[in-house]
Amino acid sequence: MDTLVIQTLNSIFYAAVLFLIAAGLSLIYGVMRIVNLAHGTFYALGAYVSAWAVGTAFGLGASGSGNLVLAGQLLLLPLGAIAVAAVGAVIEPTLLRPLYRRPEEYVLLITFGMLMILEDAMKFLFGGTPLSAGSIMDSMGSIRIGSLLYPSYNLVVIGVGIMAAIGLWWFIYRTRFGIILRATSQDRRMASALGLNVGRVYVQAFAIGCFMAGLGGAVVVPAQAAVLGMGVDALILAFVVIVIGGLGSLEGALVGALIVGFVRTAGIQFFAEIELAVLYLIAAAVLLVRPTGLFGKA
Amino acid sequence: MPAARTGPSVPVVLAVAVPVIVAFAVLPRVVDLYQTELLIYGLTFAIAALGFNLLLGYTGLLSFGHSAYFGMGAYTVAFIVRDLHVQSMELCILAGVLSTFVIAALFGYVCVRHTRIFFGILTLALSQVLWSLAFKFFWVTGGTDGIRVARTGITLLGGLIDFKGSGSYQKFVYAYYYYVLALFAISAALMWVIVHSPFGKALQAIRDNEIRAGFVGIRVRRYRWIAFVISGCFTGLAGVLWVPLNGLTTPDILYWPFSGEIVFMTVLGGFRTFTGPIVGAIAFNYLKVYAVASSQYWQMVLGCVLVVLVMVLPTGIVGTLARLGGKLRRG
Repeated sequence: MDTLVIQTLNSIFYAAVLFLIAAGLSLIYGVMRIVNLAHGTFYALGAYVSAWAVGTAFGLGASGSGNLVLAGQLLLLPLGAIAVAAVGAVIEPTLLRPLYRRPEEYVLLITFGMLMILEDAMKFLFGGTPLSAGSIMDSMGSIRIGSLLYPSYNLVVIGVGIMAAIGLWWFIYRTRFGIILRATSQDRRMASALGLNVGRVYVQAFAIGCFMAGLGGAVVVPAQAAVLGMGVDALILAFVVIVIGGLGSLEGALVGALIVGFVRTAGIQFFAEIELAVLYLIAAAVLLVRPTGLFGKA
Repeated sequence: MPAARTGPSVPVVLAVAVPVIVAFAVLPRVVDLYQTELLIYGLTFAIAALGFNLLLGYTGLLSFGHSAYFGMGAYTVAFIVRDLHVQSMELCILAGVLSTFVIAALFGYVCVRHTRIFFGILTLALSQVLWSLAFKFFWVTGGTDGIRVARTGITLLGGLIDFKGSGSYQKFVYAYYYYVLALFAISAALMWVIVHSPFGKALQAIRDNEIRAGFVGIRVRRYRWIAFVISGCFTGLAGVLWVPLNGLTTPDILYWPFSGEIVFMTVLGGFRTFTGPIVGAIAFNYLKVYAVASSQYWQMVLGCVLVVLVMVLPTGIVGTLARLGGKLRRG
């Protein structure tokens, strides 16, 4: 019973991180019709920047274990997300905007080029060794679930995931900017004709998408160290999530992340060898039966 | 009814192709062993890119999962050499292309139901199924260590040429160069015939306007499927030829960034032309080898090349040269 609770929590933890990444990917696709192959790398960049910020400000070891230090470290974590959003805000007008008139293959290719550049930029900036902010996880301790212990920090991540889902939903469906975003997504030309500054909406949407990816990296780094190549792995899982849920759909990203989270946890437990293969096959099956995903609109 | 001829006539094509093949045949006498080896890699990738371009350039479908077929060819060879002790390269080619045919027919049947970005994601997802299997079933595939395929265990031309004893490395490189060159020439000729056949013309019609192509009676999905399978088989052949040269096959060649490299090669050369992928593959191979040798940040070098290419030279090397040539001729 206790194990079941812990495995459920693990699934939700995993789903929360995946949701953050996939929601950003889905938002960018929904508004701009761009499949961003560098999105996983943005996630990795967020993880690196946060780990670096925490490590530089507070030393590599857990120098102090006071509550003040912990609070400081937690406050530094979102820095990764902000940095990635800034990178996104620079990339969209310089690299992506000149290509919107061309066939979509070119945009896909340029995001692949961005991936290669960013991967090496991270290697250059942060070195080849893994960076961790594990001191946060250590100093937060763990809580008791039945007879087992569970790290408290994982609950924080789950909380961030839930808050991000609610926040994003509110942002898209309840604010004026959300209306503009949805209008641009539905008909770019019409939105432009009605006097909206589509170029600015695109920068903002891309930056928000990047922010979500960076946030995913920032919250995961106290639990798992940032390593080279983590973005390339994450991207494919984020794809699986949005393919299952429906490209461009927020609800889809949430449900997709939960499905992938639970299947993955069950997979590791019961069918470790084909755990990843099963996920890709689910994605392929959904794409075959319902190309727009479970929640997508054509 | 005589078919209307399009494109360059046969004598013109031969007048270009024969000197190029002859030049390739003479090259190992001029350049050293290492350069010869690099050229073999280049020619192998050229076969893969040629196959890939049947989909991208001629059918208008961007596959982001061609690593699957390259890897399928490579792993088939590794399996039959290790488990069935097959030595003959011809048998390897037969088995490799056959297994790629099966997997491409299966994946293609699923993928051609969609176009554009969905097609890309579907090919990507299916290729990653193979990757995760190769990665996880380590007691069969060796996991990340891969499977070693020693060149000493390989014979060419039905056992006529083997590579045992001293100086075998040199012998292997030279013999294998001509072997791959011959297969490359056959593949290129075959692809030329395919894209200039009525079938190839139908593919281009589908690329340009799917609905109209359907109206004139082309069975769009069936044609796309056939193109997909042919494309996969060419890439599979490239994977087969690559293994003895590399001496090792690892899950990296099934992982999706390798699919990206195949796309990169094709765009580097220019996917609107027949020769583009060939030039692109050979150029990409050199570019990558020298970038890796000169900097640990080679990925960044390649990434910058790709970005500049897409922004400034979207028609690739061949397309740009053709445009410059046209300008010069007009004065």
